Amino acid sequence: MDLPVSVLLFGITRDLTGQSAVTISLSQDARVSDLLNQLHQQFPPLTGIRSLLVAVNGEYAEADQLLNRNDEIALIPPVSGG
Amino acid sequence: MIAITIDPIDVAAAMTYLQSDQAGAIDLFLGIVRNNTQERPVDRLEYEAYDRMAITEMQKIADEAQQRWPIIRYAVIHRKGILKIGEMAVLIGVSTAHRADAFEACRYIIDTIKKTVPIWKKEVFIDGEEWVNAHP
Repeated sequence: MDLPVSVLLFGITRDLTGQSAVTISLSQDARVSDLLNQLHQQFPPLTGIRSLLVAVNGEYAEADQLLNRNDEIALIPPVSGG
Repeated sequence: MIAITIDPIDVAAAMTYLQSDQAGAIDLFLGIVRNNTQERPVDRLEYEAYDRMAITEMQKIADEAQQRWPIIRYAVIHRKGILKIGEMAVLIGVSTAHRADAFEACRYIIDTIKKTVPIWKKEVFIDGEEWVNAHP
């Protein structure tokens, strides 16, 4: 079974992909690291960003966190508030 | 008080909120849009935020500050959207009984916001633009 997840994009990741959200198809027991690998394959310019973190349901996620179908997932490029 | 706003930040309202009969010190940090970055002229800044997460991350920082210093009231307000030179991007306010705690807590909050809160700024120059910190 595939696990389609929607990923919110902000800042430079939105500019590089030209989209504010993308849908990525992952395998059923995919983790955050699998999502990042898939995103890098699908959007090679993302590899030029200094760091990319993933937020799941509004919290920073570790690389080995499992993803679920209804998670709110966001890609977090280096922050620069203030 | 924690907020993300597209409207100009109201310093007087924040001051009123921070005042308390127990507070002998109020520290305000105001972050303002500067006209250059490393001598390259800046036309404007464009801020965007992942609002939901930015609010929770700012709340975590304020909670941590309250654990570390005897804060009476705090205000953390970040603006987003297009900001011109001289406009205020962020306000941090802390009231405490004595000034040392207010200075330290205020500095802790703004320094930590810059590291963890999902807000991004793009510098728009006369001849180009760049997301701050995005590239190595």
